Amino acid sequence: MAHKQQDAANTGAYLIRGAAILGGAAEDLLIRDGVIAERGRDLAADGATVIEAAGLVALPGMVDIHTHLREPGREDAETVETGTRAAALGGYTAVHAMANSNPVADTAGVVEQVHSLGRAAGWVDVRPVGAVTVGLAGEQLAELGAMADSRAKVRVFSDDGICVHDPVLMRRALEYVKAFDGVVAQHAQEPRLTAGAQMNEGDVSAVLGLTGWPAVAEESIIARDVLLAQHVGSRLHVCHVSTAGSVEIIRWAKARGINVTAEVTPHHLLLTDELVRSYDPVYKVNPPLRTDSDVQALRAALADGTIDVVGTDHAPHPSEHKECEWAQAAMGMTGLETALSVVQDSMIETGLMGWEDFARVTSTVPAVIGRVADQGRPLEAGEPANVTLVDPAARWTVDPSKMATMGRNSPFAGRELPGRVVATFFRGHPTVLDGHLNTPYRYPADAPATAPADAPATAPAGGY
Amino acid sequence: MKHLLSTEDLSLGNAIRILDTAEEMAAVGDREVKKLPALRGRTVVNLFFEDSTRTRISFEAAAKRLSADVINFAAKGSSVSKGESLKDTAQTLAAMGADAVVIRHWASGAPHRLAATDWIDAAVINAGDGTHEHPTQALLDAFTMRRHWARLNGTPSAGADLKGMRVAIAGDVLHSRVARSNVWLLRTLGAEVTLVAPPTLLPIGVGQWPCSVSYNMDETLAKGVDAVMMLRVQGERMNASFFPTTREYSRRWGFDDNRLRALDKLGLKDTIIMHPGPMNRGLEISSAAADSPRSTVLAQVRNGVSVRMAALYLLLSGDTREPAAPPNAAYSTKERH
Repeated sequence: MAHKQQDAANTGAYLIRGAAILGGAAEDLLIRDGVIAERGRDLAADGATVIEAAGLVALPGMVDIHTHLREPGREDAETVETGTRAAALGGYTAVHAMANSNPVADTAGVVEQVHSLGRAAGWVDVRPVGAVTVGLAGEQLAELGAMADSRAKVRVFSDDGICVHDPVLMRRALEYVKAFDGVVAQHAQEPRLTAGAQMNEGDVSAVLGLTGWPAVAEESIIARDVLLAQHVGSRLHVCHVSTAGSVEIIRWAKARGINVTAEVTPHHLLLTDELVRSYDPVYKVNPPLRTDSDVQALRAALADGTIDVVGTDHAPHPSEHKECEWAQAAMGMTGLETALSVVQDSMIETGLMGWEDFARVTSTVPAVIGRVADQGRPLEAGEPANVTLVDPAARWTVDPSKMATMGRNSPFAGRELPGRVVATFFRGHPTVLDGHLNTPYRYPADAPATAPADAPATAPAGGY
Repeated sequence: MKHLLSTEDLSLGNAIRILDTAEEMAAVGDREVKKLPALRGRTVVNLFFEDSTRTRISFEAAAKRLSADVINFAAKGSSVSKGESLKDTAQTLAAMGADAVVIRHWASGAPHRLAATDWIDAAVINAGDGTHEHPTQALLDAFTMRRHWARLNGTPSAGADLKGMRVAIAGDVLHSRVARSNVWLLRTLGAEVTLVAPPTLLPIGVGQWPCSVSYNMDETLAKGVDAVMMLRVQGERMNASFFPTTREYSRRWGFDDNRLRALDKLGLKDTIIMHPGPMNRGLEISSAAADSPRSTVLAQVRNGVSVRMAALYLLLSGDTREPAAPPNAAYSTKERH
């Protein structure tokens, strides 16, 4: 495609008329040239395409701090193209692609490849996460600096899927990333306490005869890591917090001023280990589904800010990895296309949060943690036009076969959920319109192929 | 009753019906011609993903006594060991016209997967899945206990339950599918169960089970017990620090000669000693105990064939309606503690 046509594909102004901004009063947003040109009442269309948004909520484009796009290596499970289509449909304008690809994203070359694939797809910003250790092997630091300096400008480092369990290695990683304002995102799982673990250890595992994954295996690592982060004065992010005890430790650490952020997945906000009684591996995930009291503690923690963000841990798998015995099945659930609805269901419809809080936990703070400067911004004139329009009154029944992700492993299949993404604007371009995929954003041919904007040099007020 | 997957969801009515049918089947085993035509032309597949000669030949004998055609499918040395999935194996058996699949699997829940998916339409009998359940073992144990209990009470076995019987189940409860199936079934039948084990070999969450828990074998015996069921313990558990040594295990939790003598001293002359086999003589049970008149080990094996005949018969040709619960069913199988 010639570059004039590419530019043409992105031109077009949009007037979003009468959307409730962050669930507040209805206002108009005029989007032009990739930015919000104006915000106010009764804005003139002035040739812009008008989107009637009465009854819809306008939110900053969602930012996922935890996504598995599977490419390179497992293109039978997901590709950057299919995963980012799913992200756009789910209301996202940026995702952090986890490092456990094959080859592992542990070099500048691999993170630049993923970054380039993301730009070529054009559905969202793809921010590669770099591995902490070479090959996720937990033995030797990967070239974190090279990944930070690469075109992908990596700021989040994680061996996700595997815990950096060696305390010295974790200490060094936390120290080293201070050199480029990075953060270590820890998959907190003490490996010896979880050898062969299949599900939450408790009343249900006792009956089902499945090897238990005890809460203490998560909590002991978090306790160690917050103390390490304090000791070396670095920044720690805790992936997919799943237990009430972890919440208590993080609350304690924050009260001590330790620079820790935490994430919860949508599935841990809604589902419990009772579902495992079916032995259906669609409910197999790591960390495992916990008990109802854990779910309630996680919801309260997300509402009060102890848990900072929602991360999907979107983990697509080919069907043969789930159509088998529980113990043989892969761990993981898809999540990009259900996250908004599940969070609305568990947090907003329960009265625990409003849409302003929703924007904080799904966009503003994840962007800050990942140092993605032009995402998670206020919906104000002059800001980048990354915007999601949601119909909160809609109800839909989850059908994995209709999703854009290649993964069919949604634990919400058959459930009726509230809320629907009506439109997603990425850099001012509608990637989703009327709830359907539109067209991808096309980068101008002369745009620098580096990450869109540099991170702020220091953590903004608020401590992230 | 379309499948027999666990005893946890087995109603009192169905449990009694299986046990009563097994009594009738046992009578066949006493005849000169040990064969019934009930399942002629039906195909039973023994699908074994884990070695278990004893359970397999017990099911094989049961199916053959009912005149069914039996196919033994051992996963080792078959296409399964070459990576064929459970799904493909099940669909292959379905295409061959299996009416019942008796499945033994190392993975907990594998029989549930066969029953819950559309891979195969056959009746599924769980012949032991991982550390989950082994329902026919629990049924044959209950059958053995019921005969003993009825004889003591001077009443017929048929229609009876186990109300008031005190049963101790001792050993590696954590890894035992036999223990789990027994706890649920004995609860349903009204027996009082005490689990005796080192704390390391009890699952987290055992406090919610409908039974008592003790760490002390001698105290449990002293309180009075009508049946002691010893569970097989793998010596290798020692290497994962479940207990310090096999000798310490044997001293504290094994049924040794001293404890055999203690039953006499305690006046427990009718207490039976059970073991699902295969036994580790000298570890969880001494030879004197295993070979004593109190031992029901061989009776359990014999009763296993009758109980499995009953299960196959009821699933394949029997009335699949839920029977009316007996009038004395004061304890509900749905009861949760």
